[in-house]
Amino acid sequence: MQFALLIYHSPEEFAMRKNEYNDPHLGAWRAYYKALVEANVYVGADALEVAETATTVRLREGKRRVQDGPYADTKEQLGGFIILELPSIDAALEWAARCPGASLGAVEVRPLAPEAKRRGFTGEWNQ
Amino acid sequence: MSGINEENTHRTIERVARESYGRLVAYLSVHTHDLASAEDALSNALVSALTHWPKDGVPQNPEAWLMKAARRSFIDVVRHHNVMQSSVPTLKFLKEDSVKTFVAEFPDERLKLLFVCAHPAIDPAMHTPLMLQSVLGLDAARIGQAFLIAPKTMGQRLFRAKTKIRSGGIPFEIPQEPDLPERLDAVLEGIYAAFGIGWDDMAGTDQRGRDLAEEAIWLARVLLQLMPGEAEVQGLLALMLHCEARRPARRGADGRYIPLSEQDPKQWSFPLIEEAEHHLTKAFKRARSGRFQLEAAIQSVHAERARSGRTDWMAILLFYEQLLRVSPALGTQIGYAAAVAEANGPETGLAVLDAMDLEAVSHYQPYWAVRAHLLQRIGHAREAADAYDRAIGLAEDRAVKEFLLQRRG
Repeated sequence: MQFALLIYHSPEEFAMRKNEYNDPHLGAWRAYYKALVEANVYVGADALEVAETATTVRLREGKRRVQDGPYADTKEQLGGFIILELPSIDAALEWAARCPGASLGAVEVRPLAPEAKRRGFTGEWNQ
Repeated sequence: MSGINEENTHRTIERVARESYGRLVAYLSVHTHDLASAEDALSNALVSALTHWPKDGVPQNPEAWLMKAARRSFIDVVRHHNVMQSSVPTLKFLKEDSVKTFVAEFPDERLKLLFVCAHPAIDPAMHTPLMLQSVLGLDAARIGQAFLIAPKTMGQRLFRAKTKIRSGGIPFEIPQEPDLPERLDAVLEGIYAAFGIGWDDMAGTDQRGRDLAEEAIWLARVLLQLMPGEAEVQGLLALMLHCEARRPARRGADGRYIPLSEQDPKQWSFPLIEEAEHHLTKAFKRARSGRFQLEAAIQSVHAERARSGRTDWMAILLFYEQLLRVSPALGTQIGYAAAVAEANGPETGLAVLDAMDLEAVSHYQPYWAVRAHLLQRIGHAREAADAYDRAIGLAEDRAVKEFLLQRRG
């Protein structure tokens, strides 16, 4: 079963990410990824740029509405995601608690939709 | 004036609820075999107390008042749960003459309730949550938080366990010899697990851990009152008190994590250490050794450093050897390896770690922390850094992560 850990950063944590390689904050993240890989649960992950770089697009009555900034105007913003292969939500919560992002911002745990549904979205259905 | 009175009354209700909750739930559930309804009936009674007591004054015997109210509400609760068909004991209990049965004193049935919560037919993972809820009155949300389980999920799991208690024929009785030691062990394990949540992740300032540690000590005190002759009960209480005594020393003023070997003994709580020693001495006099007494003995040797200024690792090693014979748990094996390293050198400690099953320890943070430390001591910097990374990645607490990062260098 796959789970997404959606990592929400505070502005302070986004600021920390600008620091250099030897920063302890980055060290904690590196160690966390290493533990995920070595525990054989890692599927994929990526980090996002700060929310100010976001552009939000909507189509209304056939017209493009482009808006500067992120979809939701909240203090904490999506800063990255991790996809994990795990046996249960309990295991997913364990890994979320170990995530360095949990002690500063928040980590939202969401199961990925079952594969059949996902195929519908991605068009693999017809193959 | 009435504001103050109301506040006083609220405080009284809180105190009575705290002190009597388990006794009332235990009495009600032992007579009805229906733990879920017993809890609901009592919460109704507490709500009713909140409306009546500020007006009419706190009754002379608050417990008896709550019991009467809970019994009255029981019939509605049972109807609501729709379990009439399976609750012969409930019907019998409700039919009894309420005036006559409800004398001021009713027997303390908490021990039976604890044994029900830790019954082998119930999922071991639910033993501790059940105890915390039924004997201490903690709600599912708080228990879920402590166990890192969503409140709704925890509520459902508790509900399922209680349904099993009601309809699974689990007896509300104190087990007799020869089953007693094993059944008692399950109760002690359940209490220690509550304490361990606040301890294993080493999060000394984490509120979620601290609260639960206090609840666990409370439960052990209750159990000791009920079973004053059991050495292991006293051993468990001694163990938890020793650990609790060090809580103030586990963090620096800046929130930094401080390992046991670097703690300043002057910051340990001496009243708690003394109390722990008192219980441990009494337990040893019963000459019925066991896991919790041995673990408490190890902590007692550590506490000795406050007086002698040194740690007697040989003594700790001896206790660990005995402990491994009765309880070869993962944590014990790691503790043993660390003791071997201190007593006989880091290489011997590493040899113990090497002999462990790698599969079993791949997610076990303490293994990697001890391994990293020992590799560093013998100068294997690269391997040490790798092991530190594993330990950091598996750690939950931020201060612990930072401590390990610093050591890793």
